[in-house]
This record gives sequence, C-alpha cells and structure tokens, in this order.
Amino acid sequence: MMNNANNTNIRADFALITNWVSTKAKVLDLGCGDGTLLTHLHQTLQTTGYGIEKDDANWLTALKNGVDVIQMNLEEGLSGFEDQSFDTVILSQTLQAMHNTETIVQEMLRVGREAIVTFPNFGYWRNRMQITLGNMPVSKTLPYQWYDTPNVHLCTIHDFDIFCKNHHIEVMERKVITEGKDVHVLPNLMGNLAMYRLKNSA
Amino acid sequence: MSESNSVGIVKAQVAHFTTPLTLQSGDVLPQYHLSYETYGKLNAAKTNAVLICHALSGNHHVAGRYSPEDKYPGWWDNLIGPGKPLDTNKFFVIGLNNLGGCHGSSGPSSVNPLTDKPYSATFPIVTVEDWVESQARLLDSLGIQQLAAVIGGSLGGMQALQWNIAYPERVRHAFIIASAPNLTAQNMAFNEVARQAIITDPEFFEGDYYNHGTVPRRGLRIARMLGHITYLSDDVMGEKFGRKLRHGELKYGFDVEFEMESYLRYQGDKFAGEFDANTYLRMTRALDYFDPAKAHNGELSQALKGAKAKFMVISFTSDWRFSPARSREIVQALLDNALPVKYAEVTAEHGHDAFLMPDPHYHAIMRAYLEQIKV
Repeated sequence: MMNNANNTNIRADFALITNWVSTKAKVLDLGCGDGTLLTHLHQTLQTTGYGIEKDDANWLTALKNGVDVIQMNLEEGLSGFEDQSFDTVILSQTLQAMHNTETIVQEMLRVGREAIVTFPNFGYWRNRMQITLGNMPVSKTLPYQWYDTPNVHLCTIHDFDIFCKNHHIEVMERKVITEGKDVHVLPNLMGNLAMYRLKNSA
Repeated sequence: MSESNSVGIVKAQVAHFTTPLTLQSGDVLPQYHLSYETYGKLNAAKTNAVLICHALSGNHHVAGRYSPEDKYPGWWDNLIGPGKPLDTNKFFVIGLNNLGGCHGSSGPSSVNPLTDKPYSATFPIVTVEDWVESQARLLDSLGIQQLAAVIGGSLGGMQALQWNIAYPERVRHAFIIASAPNLTAQNMAFNEVARQAIITDPEFFEGDYYNHGTVPRRGLRIARMLGHITYLSDDVMGEKFGRKLRHGELKYGFDVEFEMESYLRYQGDKFAGEFDANTYLRMTRALDYFDPAKAHNGELSQALKGAKAKFMVISFTSDWRFSPARSREIVQALLDNALPVKYAEVTAEHGHDAFLMPDPHYHAIMRAYLEQIKV
C-alpha cells in the first residue's frame, strides 16, 4: 500500500518516525508493506507490535522479515484491536489511498495512545505548478498518472490541520520535509511530505 | 519410489497405553492404543518435532505411501517431505490417528481387550481436549518434551489451539488453519443432519452393526455427500460441474442426471466403504463440543491467557464452513494477549478444502514460516 516515494524521503520519514516512538513501545503499523519500518523500529528501539498489510506479496515479505503481520483491509477499521492497546499507531504514506479516511484516523486514536500520520502534501508548490499548467501532478511522492493512481483522498497540510481541529485531535508535533530536509518557511507551499504526531484532545 | 521430495515408503506404528485416561465426559479408558507415523529424524536434542493433528476424516497416514503400488499418498503429502514446505530434512513429523478413529487407534470398530469384541457403541465420546491429552502421552512415550510446532486444519486446528490451553509450555509454534474457536449453530446443524442420516439407517442397530453383520452404508454415504457440499464453494462447484449432464441429455428420472450428482455419489460410496459410522458420529460431536471460551464466560482471550507459543493463523476467502471471520476471532484473542501472531487470509476458490490444496501462496507462507523456526 505504501507509495513508492523516493528513498531519501522514505529514510527521512522513517528516521523522524523513530524520533516520535519511545523505546520498547508497542507499535501498530497500518499498511506496513514489507515491514521495513517495523523492523527498523524493532532494531533501534526494541519495539514490539504488529503490522497490518492487505497485499499478498508485501504480506509474505513482511513475514520473511520476521514481522508479526496481520492480513486485513484497513477500510474495515481496526475491530479486533482493543481500545488504547498500543503506544503508537502509524499510518505511513497510506492516508491518501484510504477510502474511509475519517474512520481510520479515529480508529488509530481509539487503539493507540498516539498516532503518527504521514502523507504527501498536495499543496507542495510543484504540485500547484503542474495544476496551474493544466495537468494532474506527477512527481516522486505522487508517482502515478491520474488514471492509475491508488490515491483517492489527497490533501494539503492546511486541509489536514483543519481536519484535526474539527475532529478534536491534538497535533503534538508536525514535521514537513522536502528531499529529506526540514521545511520551516511556508510549509504548505514548500513541503512535499507532511508528518503528524497526534493524540486525542483531552 | 522415484517421486522426488516424497518421504517415500512409510509404515504405521502403534503405541500402547495402560495408564487410564479420564475423559471429559467422566468416562475412563483403562487402556488404549494409538496408530501413528513419523517422517524425518528426531534430532538429538529432540527439538525438531512437529505434530500434525487431523480433521474429521483424517488419520495418521499424512505423507508417503505404504507400497510403490499405493494409488494415493498420505492426506497432506503435498506439504510434507524432503524439500517441501514442511521439510522432513529439518523436522521430525508425527501424524497420529485420534482416539475414536477407525484407522488403527482405539475406537468403536477396534477390539475392546476386556471383552474381545469391538467396542461398538460402548466406545465413549471423545473430545478435542481428550485427544490433546492422548497426543501429549504419545509425545511422552517418544521422549519429546516440547513441539517445534503443532499444525492442524479444521478440526485439527482446534486441537492445535487446545494444545496452547492444555500444554502451553510444550508448544513453540502453533499453526491454526481453516479453523474456528467453536462451531456456529449452522455449522453444528450440518453435523446433526449427517448424524441423523447415520443413526436412522436401518442397518445402524444403535451403533452395534458389527455384531449384526451390517454397515449403515446409506447413512454414511449421505453424511459424506452433505459434508462435501459444505467443503466446496459455490464457485468451485460451478466451475467443476456447472449444470453439465452425465448422459448429454435429460433422462427424466432420478438416476444421475448431472455431473455434480455423479461426483457426490462417488465420494459418498467411496467413503461409506472405508470409514466407520460410529467414528463419524464421534468426530462430529468432538467438533460440536469444542468451545474453550465457554469456561471463561465466552471470552476466548481468557482461555488463551496462558498461551506461550507463536501463532500462524490462516483462513481461505471462499471457505464458508470455517470462514475467515471465525479465524479472525482467534487472531483477536491472541492480539488481546499480546501474543506473537501472523494472520493470512488466502485468496482461494476451493472453499474449506483449500487447506489441503497445494495453493502456491499458501504453501509459500507455510514454507517461509517453517524455515524461520530454529530447531
């Protein structure tokens, strides 16, 4: 399910996620792909937990990587997982491909004390430029043509901020990066990957 | 045998037990014997044993052939052998016939040493719990303290699950395939129809047909035909038979008209000629009775609280008799206990039978997991 974003961004993405996960945390990775992130977290922070993956080939690779991987469809929610049973629930570059976007974010915060959500920022200036020139954006973080993209709910950083506010979700931390570098100025314009650390508002 | 990666020619063995076995029903089996087969070599540390638990009509003949002329190999031969997913170069594989069976272990059709007559209807009702107890004693007799893995599909999966409740410290890995934590009412209903077909057969004689020189063949045949319908998916029956006619045209009668009927009758006849009706009754009851959550107010996670193994749970998309939803209940209980578990929902068209088929993805899963087990 994970988009094939460029490696610099994947590594930056994973490194930053690692900063937001505590040692020995219990982690649930939604759309865990081949299990690279969970393996990385386990090796660096001795985390435990599970991955969820729908695709057969990814699922099998995750198993080979030693991940406890559950094959299920995230669109159906996280029934089967108890309330507040994980320290951190991660959705890495999968949000934009979800149909039940609202449900999954709420489910993440039901099951986890914290959630980490990362997604390609549709507001990135290169995307805006391509739209202005009359085409749907195609880039390293959005590597699909309009007719074959799995992405159905693309959003901007601005959109996601409003989403969190309306759903009583507290943004604990936010990072915006482009080509692996932090973006501080005009993030919704200059950043191509957005990362959020979330929890329910008290 | 010239067959590559077959375990080759195998021979059944029999283990005798004289320590009485108290059953769930309260009945006691003062002595009994179990038929079993083994493939591969038990290593010096005895850490590479894998127990295969069979389903409704299975037995101890899991892999290999009894002679080169044998038409069919053991029932899970596609999985087990040198170089196969369950690699006998690495593992010591044990298959046994469960108590109450009709393939060499003590059961209704075997001779009661106290009377020198078949147990017949006097053979007690045995449960999944009883089977696991007897299996543990078989392991004791083989000097095996802990299993590298216990593997079972369907009713066999229930035994694999029960192992983790009864003897959690004796299981390192458990494979629960196409199974369920208990049967639904609908599922039990199929068993009841099957049993009624047998019990109402005039040749059943309340289970004492051995002494009447009869076999309740018609009942057993119908029971098996019904079973076969539920083991297949609508799609695969459609694909295999559709509405194909046996004779190319309608005969306007009640002999075989459609290919599907011919298949069911063939399967029913074959089974009625080789399986014991009293065993069939007992196997279906074992299925009905299994419900480990019952003692814990319906909380399966409580029943599995003491489990220590790593789990591999597998279901098949077209299996409606043991649907993926039932496997997910097992997964949920394991997750509730934060136990290591992997769950695969294999896309397969063969219904419940899929767990016995050599589906490439399914076997790739089995191979990948089994390769990771250290022995």
